[in-house]
Amino acid sequence: MSLELKNIEKKIGFETHVYPTNLKLEKNTINILLGSTLAGKTTLMQIMAGLDKPTSGEIWFNDKNVTGMKVQKRNVSMVYQQFINYPNFSVYENIASPLKITGIKDDEIKERVGKVAELLKLSGMLNKKPNELSGGQQQRTALARALVKDSDLILLDEPLANLDFKLREELREELPKLFENRECIVVYATTEPSDALLIGGNTATLMEGKIIQYGKTIEVYNKPVNLNSAKVFSDPPINISDIKKNGNTFSLLKDNVKWKTSNVNLKDGNYKVGIRPHNITTYKEGNNSIEIKGKILISELSGSESLIHFTNSNSNWVSLSNGTHQMNVGQEAKLYMNVDEFMYFDQNNNLVSHV
Amino acid sequence: MNKTINQKAWFFVIPVFILVAFNAVVPLMTVVNYAFQETFGNNVFMWEGTRWFKQILRSERFHAALGRQFLFTGIILLIQIPLGIAIALSMPKKGIGVPICLVLMSMPLLIPWNVVGAMWNIFALPEIGFLGHTLNDLGFDYNFTQQIGDAWFTTILMDVWHWTSLVVLLSYAGLQSIQPAYYQAAEIDGASKWAIFRHIELPKMKKVLTIAILLRFMDSFMIYTEPFVLTGGGPGNATAFLSIDLVKMALGQFDLGPAAAMSLIYFFIVLLVCWIFYNLMMRNEEQK
Repeated sequence: MSLELKNIEKKIGFETHVYPTNLKLEKNTINILLGSTLAGKTTLMQIMAGLDKPTSGEIWFNDKNVTGMKVQKRNVSMVYQQFINYPNFSVYENIASPLKITGIKDDEIKERVGKVAELLKLSGMLNKKPNELSGGQQQRTALARALVKDSDLILLDEPLANLDFKLREELREELPKLFENRECIVVYATTEPSDALLIGGNTATLMEGKIIQYGKTIEVYNKPVNLNSAKVFSDPPINISDIKKNGNTFSLLKDNVKWKTSNVNLKDGNYKVGIRPHNITTYKEGNNSIEIKGKILISELSGSESLIHFTNSNSNWVSLSNGTHQMNVGQEAKLYMNVDEFMYFDQNNNLVSHV
Repeated sequence: MNKTINQKAWFFVIPVFILVAFNAVVPLMTVVNYAFQETFGNNVFMWEGTRWFKQILRSERFHAALGRQFLFTGIILLIQIPLGIAIALSMPKKGIGVPICLVLMSMPLLIPWNVVGAMWNIFALPEIGFLGHTLNDLGFDYNFTQQIGDAWFTTILMDVWHWTSLVVLLSYAGLQSIQPAYYQAAEIDGASKWAIFRHIELPKMKKVLTIAILLRFMDSFMIYTEPFVLTGGGPGNATAFLSIDLVKMALGQFDLGPAAAMSLIYFFIVLLVCWIFYNLMMRNEEQK
């Protein structure tokens, strides 16, 4: 089982929503489409589902060309950001709805709905109507509808975006388990890098209608092919700065910071460095950390993390530390950067070295 | 902490109080006054208790008018609600067609009642009216001023023409608020058009439809100007709906007592039907 997009392109009027794209998704994988709004995630999913036709290109499923085949014939399920359920059906009827049309016997429907409802913790509310449920339960019902039939392809379009923080965390942890032991391809669109890291699987980073990179989630995170991929896969935003290499010495062009390392094999010259916020901390981390002085611009505590924006000589930096470190705005502070985690990009923004 | 007691704020309520008193309570009380007393002018009143109410409730004339009223309201609701939904469903959802349809649909709503009545009167005249003349040319024996069926047909057609747009606009607003994802989800399930209408569109339109039915019920139940201008309640009393009959009684015959009692009964019927209907429609919503 595999789903393959061959040179898929989508234009609406003069606007290109998806540039020619190739992507092959293998069976029993969870694939994350990561990108900001308008990156083309939803368009791509609708093309995969058959809800929308590509302007050009082909979609192959199990080595069969399914371009233009209607969605009803494709054995697909989809879950949306909005909690989509039939408003006047009970939870039971909602979950059973995809099966009823296929003509499966009532006994079997009952059994399958019962199983899925238990998996999604809906057993106690099968007789309720969707509008009597909380947002989290409504989305669980929508997920149950997607899982109850043995779909070949399950598409989840930002399913957690409309849930509040606690419910989101809870459901996000359950999600990967729901797809274990299932013969299907799962595609999960999200704007949150943390979703991708938590769910794992494979990730495709998207920007402005183009897939930048596709691979194992952790590899895409650790080795972004270029700056855009790193930007998409970083929240808070990644710090990027121009640097100059001279022998083993590296120096920021705009700010007053220098470091030495012999692990980077590059010719002397100008490069860019990308530093994720969690690699700039208020404490020393790793064996090879350097100091950066800064004047605090913003200091926020969120949960057990501290987000600090500061300025060195000329540019602004974002730092994310574990623990609560309250700083005063305007205060001069010392922070530490973990040199071993730096990513180096050439002048064309392509990754050239990662230690 | 010491609280200073200051009730001067009540003075701010006085203007509203006076306004409501003059525009609602005083006229209503006048009617109540007439409903329980007999008067021969000169401000002389005699207490009659519930006599006028009994008289009205037992009068065949009132029963007939009430019957006509319910029949008329029932027919126009049965036509306008489904027709309004059907038109709303077939209207374009985006593009240049949307504003064009919306403007066309709101046109009839902007025409004053008496103009509508006059328009349709002329339009339907058997000798010179476009509708009347055409129907007669086609071989129908059509004359709304003399034949009861034709009078009803014309009155209903006029009301449908004038007010279906309101149902269309409300339904259309309800339809537009349904997120596209609902239709996609139904498409994935392979739901038929009828199933989409029955299980997505109709439940999602429930609230606006409740409003539409209530508004159309009240308006049509109190209809006066249009049939008055079109048929004058005739032929005979065939299209004398409650309000026309009421005006005849109050101003034509100057039976102020019975007319006042009838007004109150009329008012309570409208209130009661609206209350029952609203509670039935909203019963499920309140269970939440």
